Amino acid sequence: MPHSPYALPAIVVVILATLAIGAYGLRLARTTSDFLVASRAVSPSWNAAAISGEYLSAASFLGVAGLVLKNGVDMLWYPVGFAAGYLALLLFVAAPLRRSGAFTLPDFCQLRLRSRRLRKLAAGFVVFIGWLYLVPQMQGAGLTLQTVAGGPYGLGALVVAAVVTGNVALGGMRAITFVQAFQYWLKLTALAVPVIFLLLHWQADGRPAMVTPEGQTFVSATSVEVDHAATLTLVEPTVITVRGTLDRSPVDDTVLVPAGAHEVTAGTSLGFPAGARVPDVSGANAAGGLHWLLPGGQGSGGLFAAYSLILATFLGTMGLPHVLVRFYTNPDGASARRSTLVVLGLVGLFYLFPTMYGALGRVYAPQLLMTGDTDAVVLVLPGAALGGGIAGQLLGALVAAGAFAAFLSTSSGLLTSVAGVLSTDVVGRGSVRDFRIAAAVGGIVPLILALRIAELDVSLVVGLAFAVAASSFCPLLVLGIWWRGLTGVGAAVGVMTGGGAAVSAVLITVFGGPRPGWTGALLSHPAAWTVPLAFAVMVGVSLATRHRVPADVGQTMLRLHTPDGLRL
Amino acid sequence: MDPLTPTDSPATDSPAFDSQATDSPATDSPATRVRVVLGEAARARKAGPRAELAEQSQVGEALLRGLIRAQLGLALRLAAVVAVGLGGLPLLFAVAPSVAGVRTFGISLPWLLLGLAAYPFLFTVGFAYVRLAERTEADFTDLVERPES
Repeated sequence: MPHSPYALPAIVVVILATLAIGAYGLRLARTTSDFLVASRAVSPSWNAAAISGEYLSAASFLGVAGLVLKNGVDMLWYPVGFAAGYLALLLFVAAPLRRSGAFTLPDFCQLRLRSRRLRKLAAGFVVFIGWLYLVPQMQGAGLTLQTVAGGPYGLGALVVAAVVTGNVALGGMRAITFVQAFQYWLKLTALAVPVIFLLLHWQADGRPAMVTPEGQTFVSATSVEVDHAATLTLVEPTVITVRGTLDRSPVDDTVLVPAGAHEVTAGTSLGFPAGARVPDVSGANAAGGLHWLLPGGQGSGGLFAAYSLILATFLGTMGLPHVLVRFYTNPDGASARRSTLVVLGLVGLFYLFPTMYGALGRVYAPQLLMTGDTDAVVLVLPGAALGGGIAGQLLGALVAAGAFAAFLSTSSGLLTSVAGVLSTDVVGRGSVRDFRIAAAVGGIVPLILALRIAELDVSLVVGLAFAVAASSFCPLLVLGIWWRGLTGVGAAVGVMTGGGAAVSAVLITVFGGPRPGWTGALLSHPAAWTVPLAFAVMVGVSLATRHRVPADVGQTMLRLHTPDGLRL
Repeated sequence: MDPLTPTDSPATDSPAFDSQATDSPATDSPATRVRVVLGEAARARKAGPRAELAEQSQVGEALLRGLIRAQLGLALRLAAVVAVGLGGLPLLFAVAPSVAGVRTFGISLPWLLLGLAAYPFLFTVGFAYVRLAERTEADFTDLVERPES
């Protein structure tokens, strides 16, 4: 894959623009209140764009298209769930949470349940989820720089970590509101403009099928670099230009390779002519043929996995720490509700595009199915479909810039909330200086993790972060807002049981690798059992400790639910 | 019907009661003008639903519980719409695989539903919720702020 000469300058421009807008915000940020909540003076449309910009992460920008390319229609539940999460937030949380005046989840725990210990526990979960979600952003940055400019993996992660930490530490919330609103529109443009060209190109090509029963073919001559030793299965004898090792003998020639299984070593380059069938590759684990097109295909784990994913994404969004912080920048409950609705629209608009990249990638970048680098499809597709001409290069650069905007904005939001919690609940007492130190600490830990675990699938980690959030903070918020009977003890035990079970499942999956069978499904898709568990435990323990219901629960409920205009 | 209405307060009949100050004075002919005794107005006000709410009397609690129940019921009903409309799809595709093979506009049905139709659907549900929730709140505000009658 030739690198676009414009990609690196485009990324540099995005980074500089981010820093410049951040510096502009910094001039305006004078007090602690400016730092943390933008003085609550953010207009609803800016706020909605900023929330969307913050939310659309590496998983949305790169991961969704990669999953669709690899596994097909079942993966559309990811973007649908990411959007539906905002509906759940709107229905159950938005307005009351804003009226509660809580800035972070730990604040909410203290306001509603008057428990310092629950506050500390919630702080721990915020930091865990924040770090779990920051790691894939930095991985994505590494992957992007590697793909579009051939830079080393670690460099991209380092650049994102440094820019974001600096920006958050110096500018705080006000700066990132502007930065993130800008980045939403950049991300939308970066996916929408190239996709118009791609669709026109696809139309001009006579709309080649995304799936043929006999498998994919290369539409143009394609060179594939094999990163890991693998076994190729050729469906028919194919003429391949091999440079490297094929079936344990060195080859540097164009040869007719017979049908059947063949071994290739890492570092081998394979050149396929146009029209050749794409071989199956062991280990790439991609859904082939009609399985890709129809629901319930292979690699999806069946109905259990589908429903677990739906539950995690629908209910996980409200528990993500960087999402909640944003609600405090709305002036009142009604405007929180309205900006959430605008966000639902903006996020839904964005998610129309990654699907198209995944589907078109099937036609124009099938080599990614061989190498397993499906997360790169959004970055590779403009160049692969439109060729090495100026159009392909410029659009490739635009996509790379959008990808960087995704990493920068989501990381900024996550780091702001992690640093906010660290500086108020773990170290220090919430002064601006504490916030800056906390931002530095909060940025370094996930960077180290991202550099150590480069191999992890971007979307897998993100899915697990949603599962943890759905099994800890979702029941806490929903029951806390709507049920008077919740007690601090009940909430704490529920968060520890549900969240703890989800965290254990995450750690086993991340460090032990995926397992086969039912245990594997239960561990890699924990939400379907951890979310009901958390709700049940929270309700049960609260009922058992009924005498511990806070005395001022009526007052709190009054504040959470009475319309803003009443001012009691 | 309204247990909150104080029975011993003549001043509450007054259109000049302060929460009505926004009503157009142009429709008030001088003939409808009523004498207001400030002390009585203040007493009536103290016993009104607004005060019941703020003081969390039993009546205030009942009002608040009613509001919370209405809003939660609305949220749950709309969540059920989504649970059936979207959440039913994996089951539908599993039970009736032939549905998944249907093609509309050259795109197979699951792709069309999940890749395109899901987003306007979610937005519509969200829009309906915002409208209905704001109406519930407006009704509640009217109930609390309206003069005793």
